[in-house]
Amino acid sequence: MKRRGWFLPITAVLGFVFLYAPIVSLVVFSFNDSRLVTVWGGFSTRWYGELLNDGQMLAAAWVSLKVATMSATMATIIGTLSAFVLTRFTRFRGKLLLTGMVTAPLVMPEVIIGLSLLLLFVAMELTLGWPAGRGLTTVVIAHSTFCAAYVTVIAQSRLREMDESLEEAARDLGAGPVRVFFDITLPVIAPALVSGWLLAFTLSLDDLVVASFVSGPGASTLPMVIFSKVRLGVSPDVNALATIIIGIVAVAVTIAGLLLRRQMKRS
Amino acid sequence: MSAGAVPWRGLRRSAVVLLGGLAVAAGLGVLPLAADSAGSLALVAGGLAILFAAIELGDGFGLSRRWLVIAVPMLWFLVFFLIPFVVLGRISLSEVVIARPPYSPLWERGPNGELEIIASLDNYRFLLDDPLYVNAYLSSIKVAIVSTVFALLVGYPIAYYIARSPEPRRSVLLLLVILPFWTSFLLRVYAWIGFLRSNGVINNILMWAGVIDEPLVMMQTDFAVYIGIVYTYLPFMILPLYATLVKLDDALLEAAADLGATPTVTFLTVTLPLSMPGIIAGSMLVFIPAIGEYVIPALLGGPDTLMIGRVLWDEFFSSRDWPVASSVAIVMLIVVVIPIMWLQAVQNREAPE
Repeated sequence: MKRRGWFLPITAVLGFVFLYAPIVSLVVFSFNDSRLVTVWGGFSTRWYGELLNDGQMLAAAWVSLKVATMSATMATIIGTLSAFVLTRFTRFRGKLLLTGMVTAPLVMPEVIIGLSLLLLFVAMELTLGWPAGRGLTTVVIAHSTFCAAYVTVIAQSRLREMDESLEEAARDLGAGPVRVFFDITLPVIAPALVSGWLLAFTLSLDDLVVASFVSGPGASTLPMVIFSKVRLGVSPDVNALATIIIGIVAVAVTIAGLLLRRQMKRS
Repeated sequence: MSAGAVPWRGLRRSAVVLLGGLAVAAGLGVLPLAADSAGSLALVAGGLAILFAAIELGDGFGLSRRWLVIAVPMLWFLVFFLIPFVVLGRISLSEVVIARPPYSPLWERGPNGELEIIASLDNYRFLLDDPLYVNAYLSSIKVAIVSTVFALLVGYPIAYYIARSPEPRRSVLLLLVILPFWTSFLLRVYAWIGFLRSNGVINNILMWAGVIDEPLVMMQTDFAVYIGIVYTYLPFMILPLYATLVKLDDALLEAAADLGATPTVTFLTVTLPLSMPGIIAGSMLVFIPAIGEYVIPALLGGPDTLMIGRVLWDEFFSSRDWPVASSVAIVMLIVVVIPIMWLQAVQNREAPE
């Protein structure tokens, strides 16, 4: 492949520049003293200070963390159950329906998911009286639903790869189906569930569209607040926030990478 | 049925009756509770009642436990994914009214107590009559196709380069491709505003270098929307391409070269056809989210960048016309989502791995 010359390396380098230049500029201009985000006015950390005093932003960040934690947990439970049902139960009434319902959210435009769920919540409130108004609960329900679809995909592929003779052996030794699930199946697929939870957490934290539809007063998530700010133009405190998020992600990914490498060396 | 299951049955039956009764009572507002908690109670008790009833209907102990496991995800997706579409369809047949909720009921009691159905297809007729909606659908498809092609052109060489790299570098490069995905999507789109504005980074660099005298207008154009989509979904294109390209056997390329093929011919006749599964998978992963995109056209596009996700959003949030927004969603479901799902089903059948 040495003859391939300069074309591939150069396009690859340009590609990575394309991927990272905007992120680098976000970080650089978060330390810019000038309010005009793209004109350099000297080094300063004043936007970080302003961010820390921005009550609305902090409240929204707290809402988002709560929503993401709850949704990811719910999504992992529902997703694991549906993956288990779809891979281990060979035939049952409604299997095709369930298969359709867990794959459809993956290709459904967010605007449709958001609108249809909002209309459901409104209709439920009118007929059942629950949920009373919209807020944290409705956002958690909405996020759990579409995140569960992603968790199902991840859990399903792990369940299919898994050696089923382990489960059979446990059953032969007299363990009931519940015991087999908790003692054998769950520990084996646990790593997949962890990555499913993390993916669900990220998706929930990142979602603007669905949350905008189903959220109510007092339950604005972080993306909703950022969006309303950004819509009016660039603002340096958003850059500061982006830098903090990028920092957290970089640290988390580095730690995860190191753990993974150590595990791979051990095995 | 095992003997141990018998006491269970009686317990379950009474549970169904008790919980069902509780749900109905709470739902009707008979219990002395605040509306909010009565509603929650009705929902929880009703849900449990349905669950126990499902077990009860299952014949025998083993089967009933099975049903319990199936019922949880089934009920969740039925209530929070499938039924919303029924509601969506129902509201798309209503008229907009100034009330809470802002849509008309589907039936009304006439003066003599007879049931009058007032559902109509007016909203759908309206979508067909107003060129705005048809254009928005067409232009969404256009934007999604163009962006997918650009993502493929940008992503292919990167994926190929990574696949050809020796091992330690390959993992690092892959990680670098995935990393942006974990940071906020919204903030990554926001970053491009600072890049593309008339006093943004690109224009500043070009003017400083003397390439241009006047700043280029890049923000609020279709060009900016393409950039935004390609940038956001590039990892989704690169990863499947990488997965097929890394499996490519070097011996095939060497054989082609030995037989006198130039690198270009080898690429076109060997590499490209063999990477077709990756091309298709990556293109789907870019095309699907691009077509319903709202955030990117809203932040980077101009007022004339028509995309159907944005039209639906504006119809709902600005015009407050829930029925028209619903019919836009239903049409989108029929012309966009269902064909994509069908295509995926066909693909899965053809490639069972």
